Amino acid sequence: MGDIVFSGITKRFGDQQAGFLALDRIDLKVEDREFVAVVGPSGCGKTTLMRMAAGLDFPTTGTVTVGGRDVERPGPDRSVVFQQFALLPWKTVRQNIGFGLMCKGTPRTEIDAQVARYVELMSLQGHEESFPHMLSGGMQQRVAIARAYVMQPEVLLMDEPFGALDAQTRIIMQEELIQLARRNPRTVMFITHGVEEAVYLADRVVVMGKRPGRLLEIMDIKPHRQSGNWEGMPIEEVMDLPVFVHLRSHIWRLLKSKDAGGAGDH
Amino acid sequence: MATSRMTRDRNFLGPSGTTVPAWQFWLLSTLGVVLLFGVWTAVALSGLMPRRFLPTPLEVLDRLQILIVTPFAGFTFHQHMLASISRFLMGWAIAVGIGIPLGLLMGWYRLLDEIVTPLFDAIRFVAPLAWVPLAALWFGTGIGGPLLIIFVGSFAPCVISAYRGARLVDRRFVEAAQTLGASGPQIMRHVLIPGAFPSIIAGLRVSAGLGWQSLVGSELIVVGAGLGYLMVQGQANLSTATVMCGMLGIGLVGFLIDVLLRAAERGVNRRWGMT
Repeated sequence: MGDIVFSGITKRFGDQQAGFLALDRIDLKVEDREFVAVVGPSGCGKTTLMRMAAGLDFPTTGTVTVGGRDVERPGPDRSVVFQQFALLPWKTVRQNIGFGLMCKGTPRTEIDAQVARYVELMSLQGHEESFPHMLSGGMQQRVAIARAYVMQPEVLLMDEPFGALDAQTRIIMQEELIQLARRNPRTVMFITHGVEEAVYLADRVVVMGKRPGRLLEIMDIKPHRQSGNWEGMPIEEVMDLPVFVHLRSHIWRLLKSKDAGGAGDH
Repeated sequence: MATSRMTRDRNFLGPSGTTVPAWQFWLLSTLGVVLLFGVWTAVALSGLMPRRFLPTPLEVLDRLQILIVTPFAGFTFHQHMLASISRFLMGWAIAVGIGIPLGLLMGWYRLLDEIVTPLFDAIRFVAPLAWVPLAALWFGTGIGGPLLIIFVGSFAPCVISAYRGARLVDRRFVEAAQTLGASGPQIMRHVLIPGAFPSIIAGLRVSAGLGWQSLVGSELIVVGAGLGYLMVQGQANLSTATVMCGMLGIGLVGFLIDVLLRAAERGVNRRWGMT
């Protein structure tokens, strides 16, 4: 089971007087094998929220549980894909993908087999012995995704994973992610700036506002996706569907409203 | 110092931004060497100083040839050189073996940092030569004395470079490793050490240079073999040329050590795309 439950989360930076409230009473449940995207203006605390599930940040008050257990530290049951890839520059593609398995003490032959599988899945053949700096941004991100997926984690946490990619690569990666998520369903928490990306990928979209960071609305996308029948369609076609346009403008209005606290900030 | 200046930038002529062509660079470098030896020879031949105290460059080379084939102070020139190199390597290895891990740990564990740093800052300003009397008292004429001096000379840059390197390793790499389940020792081995490596290898260069330079001081108290010992014996025998041969050997080996480590540094940086 890999559900993520945030209950009564607040996060305060600095002390009571001088500090500021980054997150204010967040209650959110990401169901097992659900794909949830979180959108919001810069500074709304969406990344901080994800980092709490990863065990890289901790709430001032409230609790985070993954699969029913309190999150105390980072662990391989919750893979993270970072915005700037964070591949180890001194390890080859093969070593980067196999790193988590190696830490776990998986036998060498098993690591090789698993790495080979994900190298193929992410179309990285021929680059196994390359170092990250020799690859394009899109390929680096594929390595980062393979590195996260190879761990077969219950939970996948993605922090603006496509933010550093150009528009074209981004679209390709989004479609690849959808296919991967269909084949290997995981609980996914996907942090993004992109409203289209969120609506296209997610089962539910969480819209956040800032000052203080809080939930504005949680939108159920899955029923629309099924009724709109856009499952498996490329993103540029989906973006023209009336139901998609409607969902997108609804989120935009939310983000631009006074409530969001950050009009046009992204 | 001269080598670092030459390699830092080659545009010391003309306005900054324009580079001097390679042939011009080599020409000017050669000119400097010719000038030095020219002036030296002229002064030596002029009789301003007794030749016994200022031999000409050619006389020094003649002396070197003799030292290479016939033992002086018990050994031939390259045996003295090898003795110095092995003594240096031992002392330096101890400094690296203790200094690098200590620096890495200081960069990782805040507590250790706070305990060690003040002590370290106080001690590192005592010059290696200032340890000579203490080393002589503790170790007499044994191998321990010179090793202590070389150790003291090369220890600080090892600690500082490893410490800086570990501090400057991108937080994201550590976090990525943590989320992939890496343990403390695994993070040390696969993230902190390689991440700090460019800084460490720069520190190795500095520490090797300083360690090699403190070698002569360390060999003042050694009886046996070594370039420093050769020079002391040359001095005792009023053989200025022998002293100069020792200096020549020290300069040459120091330069070669730097060239080797510089090549290693370039290789690592290029391989990981960190230039």
